[in-house]
This record gives sequence, C-alpha cells and structure tokens, in this order.
Amino acid sequence: MRRNWWKILASLLLIYSIIAGLLLEVPRLPILHETIRNLYFHVPMWFTMIILYLISVIYSIKYLASGDEKHDLLAVEMVNTGIIFGFLGLATGMIWANYTWGAPWPNDPKLNSAAISTLMYLAYVVLRGALDEEQKRARISAVYNIFSFPVMIVLLFILPRMTDSLHPGNGGNPGFNSYDLDSGMRLVFYPAVLAWILVGVWIANLKYRLRLIENNSK
Amino acid sequence: MKIQVLIKVEDYVKWIIFAGMSLTKQLKALLLKEVVLEWRSRFALNGILLYVVSTIFVCYLSFRVVAPLTWNALFWIIMLFASVNAVAKSFVQESRGRQLYLYSIASPKAIILSKIIYNILLMLLLSIMAIFFYSLVFKNPLGDPLLYLCSILLGSISFAVVFTLIAGIAAKANNSGTLMAILSFPVIIPLLMLLIKLSKNAMDGLDRTVSYDEIGVLSLINVMVIAVSLLLFPYIWRD
Repeated sequence: MRRNWWKILASLLLIYSIIAGLLLEVPRLPILHETIRNLYFHVPMWFTMIILYLISVIYSIKYLASGDEKHDLLAVEMVNTGIIFGFLGLATGMIWANYTWGAPWPNDPKLNSAAISTLMYLAYVVLRGALDEEQKRARISAVYNIFSFPVMIVLLFILPRMTDSLHPGNGGNPGFNSYDLDSGMRLVFYPAVLAWILVGVWIANLKYRLRLIENNSK
Repeated sequence: MKIQVLIKVEDYVKWIIFAGMSLTKQLKALLLKEVVLEWRSRFALNGILLYVVSTIFVCYLSFRVVAPLTWNALFWIIMLFASVNAVAKSFVQESRGRQLYLYSIASPKAIILSKIIYNILLMLLLSIMAIFFYSLVFKNPLGDPLLYLCSILLGSISFAVVFTLIAGIAAKANNSGTLMAILSFPVIIPLLMLLIKLSKNAMDGLDRTVSYDEIGVLSLINVMVIAVSLLLFPYIWRD
C-alpha cells in the first residue's frame, strides 16, 4: 500500500480532471468557445509522451553503461506506451483542429513535426523487430533511441518556432498561459498533467512487469 | 597466423605500428584506407554517380519544365535518395574479417570520424556533380548562386554526418536497405526542411542576413550529431 500511493493519487486526479474539465466554468473566447476544454486532454498527452520518452532515454543510457536486460525492457516499454500517448495526442488535436481551424490536418509545421517524431519512434520498434540476437538488439536500439531523442526535441520545440504556425505557442501565436489560462483553468490543467503522466508511467510499468514474467517463464 | 594473412591483405597502410599511433595518425591512415578501398572498387563510386545522373534525367523526361518551387524541392529529394544509397554502403562493404581486424587495432572514435570525413568528401563530390548536371538540363535562374552553393555544401555535410551513424546501425541488422530508409528519413526531415528553406532564400536572392538563422541551426545540429556519434559509435562497433 505504501508503495502504491501514487497509483491512487493518479486515479483520483484523473477522475477529478475529467469531471472538472468537462463541468467547470471556462473563459468564453472568440473562435475557441467550449473547445478550450481540449487543453485539459490534448496537452497532457504530449507532456506524458515526452516524459515517457525521456525516461526511456535514461534507461537506454543506463543499459549501455550496465548491460542489464531489465533496463532495456524498461526502455522499450516506455517507448511503446509513449507511442500510444503520441497517437492520442494526435487524435485529440485533430478533433480540436476540425472545430477551430476547419480541417483536421491543416498543413502546419507543429502537426507535421509531431507526425514525423511519431514515425521516428515507430522506426525504433521496426529496428527492434529486425534484430534477432537479444543483446545486440538491446544495444543497437538503445543507440538509436538516444540518437533520436534530441532530434525529437528539435522537431517539436525548435522548428515550429522558426516558421509560421497556427498552433498556440508558435510562430507569434500566444501560448496557452498568456491569455486564456486564467487561475480557474490552472486548477484543472496542472492536476490533469500530473494525472496523465502518472497513468502513463503506471501503464508502462505494468507492461514491463508483464514482459519480465514472460521472460522468466520462457 | 590468421593475423599475418590479414596484414598481408591490408598492407597498403603500415598497420603494425597502428595501435600505438595517436588519434590523428590513425585517422589519416584510416582515411587513406577508405580512399584506396573506394578506388579499388571504382564501380561502386561510378554506380552512385550514374544513379544521380540517371535520376535527374528521368525527372527531366517526366517533368520537362518545372516551377521554381518544384525545382528546388526536386533537387533536394534527388539528393536525399542518392545520399542514402551512397552512405548506406559505408559499413556493408567491409568484410567481417577486416572489421574484426580493425576492431582489434584502431579506436572506434578514429573509425567513425574517418567514415564521417570520408562520407563528407563523397557527398561533396556527388552534390557538386548533381547540381552541375541538374542546372544543365533544368534551366532556373538563381538569385544568389554563392549562397545556393553554400546551402548545397552544408546539405552534403549534414547528409553525410547524419547518415553515417544510421548506416552503422542499419548494417548491424540484415535487411539494411529498407531499414536504412525508415531509420534515416524521420531523422533527416528537420534538416531537409531547413535546407529547403535556406536554398529557397538563396534562389529568391533574399538578403543574406535572413538566412543566418538557418545556417546557425544547421551547423549546430551537425556539431551535435557528430558529438553524439562519437559517444555512441563504440557501442555499435562492439560486437
């Protein structure tokens, strides 16, 4: 119980953020209107994805230093879960874009960058599939994982800022905290981010333990 | 006995005192080895040059006339595919025996650096030839030819730097042709977008101060990738 308190915290925060996110008062802004509530769901998905990829890179570096198989398993399950959150982020963003921008996929640098970084991590999964020998697979894929993480950072945070983008926070558009995030929204947004990050780590942790059991029974 | 045979095969560089050499000396010897090897199998080099020329000719026959925007994008797409093919072979062409021998005698840092430098030279040759032939068949006025040339040089350096490490990764898996493409394309896209923007600025003859941003970020990414390659290559190399 003492070790699982964060899972209870994650569940409570998640329930709170969904209920409060859908019911609480939000500022009325032109164009955005009620779609501003997507902030509570879309942004945490990307934060969770980045945190999971970050944990994965840390474990990949640890694997290269130690050669411990557990570190490799943790790294791969973090990426697998991160990819799911990436797809959820794309889906929530597309639904929102459909109502505010009029099309689910306008040709926007931020969106394209997000899609490319997802492709990069799918390539990581394919690379793992292409290597048969276990230690070699762990080592080579760890190298690719470490190599692609800085590229993802460039893709998501540097490139969209260099060009014009419709996405909030890019290309001269104000970010969410400069005009539309009043103190009421912060009360829901920050717990939502924390909740989704904890849920992401929880899912990855479960998948990792499942992998361990599978490996031991082999 | 076996080592003696291998030394005989590699006798164009003075291998015996190799292990005691400094990094720069190792680098020089390895670079010389790359050039000699390439010269021995000239068909590979000629093949890749012919690949570019025939791709350009296919594009010429199918497009005939292109708009300036397409002209620029098409050039970079041709360069992308040519460079993937040119760099992909850099680790595959070495036999297993020779790799083992190099592993025992040279430092991995010297090996990856020599490969990167060699690939940069190869890409420079390839891209200079490509732009010459490309502008021969497709007429397109350039606003700032010097800056366009600069973007091509920067582009060939970026392609060589990024693809060398990926080629090392892909060579470890067996079906390296497909793998090379899917591993390298997402990584190269940010660089490619910057390059297309930079060369578009040059084509339109915009003031050079506009392009400093792109040149700076491209150089920064290249330095970063070289540093990461130096750090990570020893782990790929160890078999």
